[in-house]
Amino acid sequence: MATVKLTIDRQPVEVEQGTTVLRAAEKLGIRIPTLCYLKDINAIGACRVCVVEVKGARTLQAACVTPVAEGMEVFTSTPRVLQARRHTLELILSDHPMECLTCIRNQNCELQEVSEALGVREVRYQGKTSRHEPDRSTPSLVRNPAKCVLCRRCVAVCQKVQGVNAVQTLERGFDTVVAPAFHLPLGEVACVLCGQCALVCPTGAIHERDQVDEVWAALADPGKHVVVQTAPATRVSVGEEFGLEPGSIVTGKLVAALRRLGFDRVFDTDFTADLTIMEEGHELIKRVKEGGVLPMFTSCSPGWIKFIEHFYPSLLPNLSTCKSPQQMFGALAKTYYAEKAGILPEQIYVVSIMPCTAKKFEAARPEMNASGHRDVDAVLTTRELGRMLREAGIDFSHLPEEDYDAPLGISTGAAAIFGATGGVMEAALRTAYEVITGNPLGDINITAVRGLEGIKEASVTLDGLTLKAAVAHGLGNARKLLDLVAQGKADYHFIEIMCCPGGCIGGGGQSIPTDTAIRQRRIEAIYDVDERMVLRKSHENPAVQTLYREFLGEPLGHRSHELLHTHYIPRGTVPRKEGVAK
Amino acid sequence: MSQATCCKGSAHGTALDEAKLAALDAVIAKYRGSPGALISALHEAQEVVGYLPQEVQVRVAEGLGVPLSEVYGVVSFYALFSMKPKGRFKISLCKGTACYVRGAPHVLERLEKELGITAGDTTDDGMFSLDVVRCLGACGLGPVITINEDVHARLKPDRVPGVLEAYRRADRG
Repeated sequence: MATVKLTIDRQPVEVEQGTTVLRAAEKLGIRIPTLCYLKDINAIGACRVCVVEVKGARTLQAACVTPVAEGMEVFTSTPRVLQARRHTLELILSDHPMECLTCIRNQNCELQEVSEALGVREVRYQGKTSRHEPDRSTPSLVRNPAKCVLCRRCVAVCQKVQGVNAVQTLERGFDTVVAPAFHLPLGEVACVLCGQCALVCPTGAIHERDQVDEVWAALADPGKHVVVQTAPATRVSVGEEFGLEPGSIVTGKLVAALRRLGFDRVFDTDFTADLTIMEEGHELIKRVKEGGVLPMFTSCSPGWIKFIEHFYPSLLPNLSTCKSPQQMFGALAKTYYAEKAGILPEQIYVVSIMPCTAKKFEAARPEMNASGHRDVDAVLTTRELGRMLREAGIDFSHLPEEDYDAPLGISTGAAAIFGATGGVMEAALRTAYEVITGNPLGDINITAVRGLEGIKEASVTLDGLTLKAAVAHGLGNARKLLDLVAQGKADYHFIEIMCCPGGCIGGGGQSIPTDTAIRQRRIEAIYDVDERMVLRKSHENPAVQTLYREFLGEPLGHRSHELLHTHYIPRGTVPRKEGVAK
Repeated sequence: MSQATCCKGSAHGTALDEAKLAALDAVIAKYRGSPGALISALHEAQEVVGYLPQEVQVRVAEGLGVPLSEVYGVVSFYALFSMKPKGRFKISLCKGTACYVRGAPHVLERLEKELGITAGDTTDDGMFSLDVVRCLGACGLGPVITINEDVHARLKPDRVPGVLEAYRRADRG
């Protein structure tokens, strides 16, 4: 690769051709402030906060989109540059609500950070201010365009990474707003509620619907028995809410923290992840043996479910009928556990700690009441749990390590890896192999399905049958696989799809920031969790075995069918008269 | 392609009779598969239908395989595109330099007040639409508006109600 020599602030640097001035400066340790720029997602030079002076150029150049050139002389902090950046930011701030103290992103806001970095001490412009009401039309996300700085990161991630296109830049000039088509509420368009927009938003313009107060109220209610489940991916991310390194494994502290908050039982979604493998594994075997619809798609990821319902309804028969681990947990908490503990199901309140905003939608789906009550009452994202623990003044990093409660807290390593892309596939193959062949699997680490490659493939030979599997994460990658399936060009038996890039460890409810490097570290942590477990195959989970013996009977049995399986709803992609795309 | 029914279309007063629908589908067919053709397609769709209501945008989006949010993003960006049909009396107000300095903004303000709409919009009864245009080539007569083919020159805000009333009378026949 050809390289280019230039100077930035009189320091010489040599970088690959095509590198931007921004990246070249990073190499020298010079941090040019940015606002709309987001590595791998958005580089459009829109906000003008990263402008620099280039010798010979008439105007200031946006460093995030200006490629380096041989002999270029760049100056990143001349008075002209500093003044231009500050003026630009003041203009942005002149149409910003300045509600920092009460904002959900207080102290985790890039607009605050850049204002501080540029030394803005006053806003000298008083102009027109835009009027936008918050959009609270979905159970998962709240849009607040009044706080939007029009960076377009959410548009980019929704379009380029997820291929959903729920929001777009609308109108022009001062009227410009990021919103769904026709300014419809988010709940009325084909949005999958994955929350990747919230993850990349530099401000509080789009964020999770906060349910912390609902959970506080339940905990304070003496008539309620409040149980909590924690998703696999949260144990390697919630530490980041308290300044721990990305990828810190905090399982034991998480359990301790939840007990301190007052939950009556601290259970684990990993238990029902193991159960999912039992049900889904048997469903796959049944489909293969009985000539059912193939390839079968996994069904754990509620953003993915909503996506296929909107965009590929003709492929719904391919979707496993298994509920997600979250919903299996809810259904069992208010039946099996209620019975065992001698508590009335209506007194049980189920809270989930999830890396996911779409889980809030999933829990609210009207069919998710197999127990006769709403199975999962409240869903808190990793960020909300972080806030709740801070409200309670819990010193997370100094908590002791504690264990989950039995029986719904017992799990295997196969369940933990649900949190990373490829994990469900790996867990399913570990179990399918042993169930079908009756022999132990030699190496249980199926590394072909691990990692951040967009689409991964693997095949396992089971008693003469070569089972072909594929894995996609991020809906843009999912589309590629689905198009092949729809065209009849794919010969896979089993496809795992996770809505968010990296899988749940990169979910829309995770700590901010979440970028590729952080995703990688959380993935490594997830496989560490797996390695450290004594049991690493779902079918070896003793609590799951007991559950089948005492309550469910057998996988795909009558009771499983009632409690653990579901159906799907075709939804349109455009707003229809009858109100569509909810 | 699925049927384009939507919130403001179809059962009650669709903008599309069969002839228009066929012409619209021909436009869509012409541009299907060619990337970057959205603006051209919308332009021709507007020529065929007269404007671009939601149902037309939905049909274009589905027909071309372009996200609806992108279609609406383009429609709402360009002044050329309109989501409402033009009025029976199409008012164009010149905001070119000469008219501007001769008081066009005041005339516009009065027109907006009298009609109860802002520039780019059409009154609910479909009688008047109001657009701001650049130089009409009658700088000596500014401020100038045209209403359909009629030119109204040296217009003062106070004369606006009378001018509009004349058209209302004409409309009543």
